[in-house]
Amino acid sequence: MDSILEGFINAFSLIVQLDRELLNIILLSLEVSGSALVIASFLGVPAGSILGLNKFRGRGFVISLSNTFMGLPPVVVGLFVYLLLSRRGPIGFMALLYTPSAMITAQTILIFPILTSLCHSAVISVDPIIRQAAVTLGATPFQAALTVIKEARYGILSGVIAGLGRAMGEVGAILIVGGNIAGYTRVMTTTIALETDKGNFELALALGIILLIISLLINIGLHLIQRKGMVRTIR
Amino acid sequence: MSLELVVSNISKSYSSDAILNNCSFTFNSSGIYALMGPNGSGKSTFLRICALLETPDSGDISFYSEGKPVIKDISLMRRITLLLPKIGVFNTTVYKNVVYGLNIRNPQRNDITSRAENALDFVGMLQKKNQKALTLSSGETKRLGIARALVIEPEIFFLDEPTASVDQQNTEIIEEIIQKLKKEGRSTIVITTHDTAQAERLADKLLFIKHGQISGST
Repeated sequence: MDSILEGFINAFSLIVQLDRELLNIILLSLEVSGSALVIASFLGVPAGSILGLNKFRGRGFVISLSNTFMGLPPVVVGLFVYLLLSRRGPIGFMALLYTPSAMITAQTILIFPILTSLCHSAVISVDPIIRQAAVTLGATPFQAALTVIKEARYGILSGVIAGLGRAMGEVGAILIVGGNIAGYTRVMTTTIALETDKGNFELALALGIILLIISLLINIGLHLIQRKGMVRTIR
Repeated sequence: MSLELVVSNISKSYSSDAILNNCSFTFNSSGIYALMGPNGSGKSTFLRICALLETPDSGDISFYSEGKPVIKDISLMRRITLLLPKIGVFNTTVYKNVVYGLNIRNPQRNDITSRAENALDFVGMLQKKNQKALTLSSGETKRLGIARALVIEPEIFFLDEPTASVDQQNTEIIEEIIQKLKKEGRSTIVITTHDTAQAERLADKLLFIKHGQISGST
């Protein structure tokens, strides 16, 4: 009990002192997850919008696939990216394994289906009358589609924030492809895992507290967006 | 009237139900046409086909400008508009709803604000221009829909049940707006209504739709 209490005290001390190692780990986490989020958003939001706005052969299958991949086990993604990037893998020549780029790739693969599915749900939840109203006012099919996406903005933003939450808390995939190299690929979650193994709870707890704060902030953001978007199109 | 609409023998069915059956009519003068008929008689379908929102199973819709046929493309669609029974308000302010039609045409033009304000003033909604559109009452929402349509100066303005689910006060206001539009004579106005008294108050020509056909006009 004393050691836990002591661990918390030391952890807070590390946070208050803005420990350099702690700060670097946090910044790298934000960089990796932020980059993955941006890439996944650029791919997932258009993909989800296309799925939500168009009817085409195989659409149902793609939606089912996307929903299934929302629950992808991170270690499986890690293994897949590892095989892809390993020296004998198809893109092994790029020497990306055990780099932040490999971690970004793994996290992008993990959160892309989340963004696609949630964006698709947001777009299909927009009343079809919105698209018709846009057309009656002279919108081209493309402008009408953009109008629907704009109406779905709160749902899409919720998806983006949910994707960030998943990326920030992920450990399995980035541990496999990043290698947890100190000062290079060591992020919050992998450090917590490593330091706990080593019995060094101060840094692990400090990072745990910060991760919880970030998670709380993400959820507050999500809640605010959902509340703002609650005024639904009823007319 | 610069745009003439000729409806020739259109038919439309949903599943096995024939809604319109060889329906023909020509809208060739400005003023107000009121289309009446019982529920399910095909009034809305007729209007949606005329506004190019739907295509008929057979028959044809043709538009003429100064006697010459007009190609049915986006340019034509921007000369007509339809006020849907459910307006489809965008989740933004009243003002941004009204400028939508102008922005999708040419966001650079410098009279956007004045035109939007004129349209809002026309329907008595100028003081609500910064209000969130989704917080308006049903009657105000209909008036917003009318302002949003008027700002684009349609040559043919279809209104599908413009006073349905609207209180008495707003019904009177909407009727006044339609009368003002008629006086201005800028558009051909086609409304559908269940209310015979309203149709007689507003319209220059009364049309009846029965058994999928426009069966009579006065």
